Amino acid sequence: MLGLKATPMAMSASVAPFPQVDHQRAVFGAALPLDCGATLARHAAAYRTYGKLNQARSNAVLVCHALTGDQYLAETNPVTGKPGWWDNIVGPGRPLDTDRYFLICANVLGGCMGSTGPREEMTDAEGNGLGRPWGTDFPNITVRDMVRQQKSLIEHLGIARLLAVVGGSLGGMQALQWAACYPESVFACVPIATAAQHSAQNIAFDEVGRAAIHADPDYKGGRYWEDGRVPAQGLSVARMVAHITYLSEEALQRKFGRKLRGAQTLTLLEDVFEVQSYLRHQGSTFVRRFDANSYLTITRATDYLDIAAEHEGSLASAFAGTATRFFVASFSSDWLYPTSESRHIVRALNAAAANVSFVEFPTDKGHDAFLLEEPEFHRALGGFLAGCAARLGV
Amino acid sequence: MPDTHPPIQYVAKNMRLDLRLIAEMVTPGARVLDIGCGDGALLAHLTTTKGADARGIEIDMAEVTEAVANGLAVIHGDADNDLAFYPDAAFDYVILSRTLQAVEKPREVLRQMLRIGRHAIVSFPNFGHWQVRWQLLTGGRMPMTGTWHRPWFETPNIHPCTIRDFFDLCALEGYVVEQWLAADENGLRAPWRRASRLANLFGEQALFLLRRA
Repeated sequence: MLGLKATPMAMSASVAPFPQVDHQRAVFGAALPLDCGATLARHAAAYRTYGKLNQARSNAVLVCHALTGDQYLAETNPVTGKPGWWDNIVGPGRPLDTDRYFLICANVLGGCMGSTGPREEMTDAEGNGLGRPWGTDFPNITVRDMVRQQKSLIEHLGIARLLAVVGGSLGGMQALQWAACYPESVFACVPIATAAQHSAQNIAFDEVGRAAIHADPDYKGGRYWEDGRVPAQGLSVARMVAHITYLSEEALQRKFGRKLRGAQTLTLLEDVFEVQSYLRHQGSTFVRRFDANSYLTITRATDYLDIAAEHEGSLASAFAGTATRFFVASFSSDWLYPTSESRHIVRALNAAAANVSFVEFPTDKGHDAFLLEEPEFHRALGGFLAGCAARLGV
Repeated sequence: MPDTHPPIQYVAKNMRLDLRLIAEMVTPGARVLDIGCGDGALLAHLTTTKGADARGIEIDMAEVTEAVANGLAVIHGDADNDLAFYPDAAFDYVILSRTLQAVEKPREVLRQMLRIGRHAIVSFPNFGHWQVRWQLLTGGRMPMTGTWHRPWFETPNIHPCTIRDFFDLCALEGYVVEQWLAADENGLRAPWRRASRLANLFGEQALFLLRRA
């Protein structure tokens, strides 16, 4: 909390939320059974598509977003006004080639950009709206639940088999779950900068974020929506902690070092380091667009992830006999989901005799590298997808 | 797939000659793992000309990226650490080309190759070549030849062996040598390939096709 009091941003009363937006959604009347035993009688998936589905319906690529990402993959985000989160690799001739593939990106179940989640209207067992948001009554979900809902969306779009499922971080976890749950529906799977289970350190960092939210008086046991407030202080601290895990020590040092905001030397009075200011900015913009209960729900889902445990403790058996082609990618300075996690996935896939490619890309950009300019990664991704497309005659 | 192999003939063009010799040993439609596959030239060749299900392992990131970008199934890894994770008999052929002398545990790597593959194809530079012997004998220093061209303090080739050494290891481990040949640096077969002592003196490269007894 050090230094936060000095910032003007964090008080909930002064948070100006981004505009409310009507997202494109598919609403499903059929119930969605969840891993926790609960059932969502009615549910919706907010999604965007790019490119054209071909006649054979064989060129669909599902792109899965990370923890705080959304469905606005490659267009101006209507909420934040910023470019799509993977704008740099989507488009004609780019690795996610919109001339060749039909890209689908959906807000995850539990998210806060239009898909069913804590911020959306709560429904009863019959699917009737109750006139209040789910809030903390939203059931605990898993990454597998997210993938189950995406399967409904894919079927809704008339697609039996995806050319590929691609995603980084939480998106990569979804890609792995797709391959484990629906191998016949996934020709190729690209888990990037990810893991098949959350480590104790991953869970620990998530817990710090959740504790910050819970400690915010404006959180009100999760019922902050009753008086229109948001636990901005807590959510911004959660974001700040998480943001540190997305960057490498080197990248942070290179970008900020010990630089001061508006001063050359320390005065020991009201000095603000550039890195402080940067984190505060990250925190303050985040609370304007993200729902605290969604943050809790999704981080818990990632902590629950343990694909091996779902298959008698063997990750290899999750992929036994799979015909899916895999491209696993990691980044050398990623300490959130380090290369050892990717190698663990690769070895399990080898044990399952799966067709797998794997590259660790050298970079000092940390976990965030998967979203940034990494030409070698982009070349490999583009080539891998193009090779898969060629095999399917796309 | 029959275990008898056709006699080796020349096939591919535009590929390193020793890789062509290796390619000739692989039967059509085989499942192949190429350890130290570089940019995947052999994998691509086996896929297109033999309809093989060909996969690779390569230690160099730039080479792996090149291979993956060309649609080949290659993992960033190495022979010493990654073979243990494959199931028994996952492949028909496991290939180790000019790499055996550079691995940490050659004996263990060979064991793993013949555990995960029905056959192993191994090529290595022959340390018994007459130039190597001559240089060590007359100069009293570690030999430097076209094949052994890095000084001792920076060579990755930490386990050099001769053709006769390799025969001995096969006997010790109970491996059946299905085929073998010696070749010059460019992979052209040498005429003395049927006599192991001559091959050991005049062959710069050796190529073996093995299986478990």
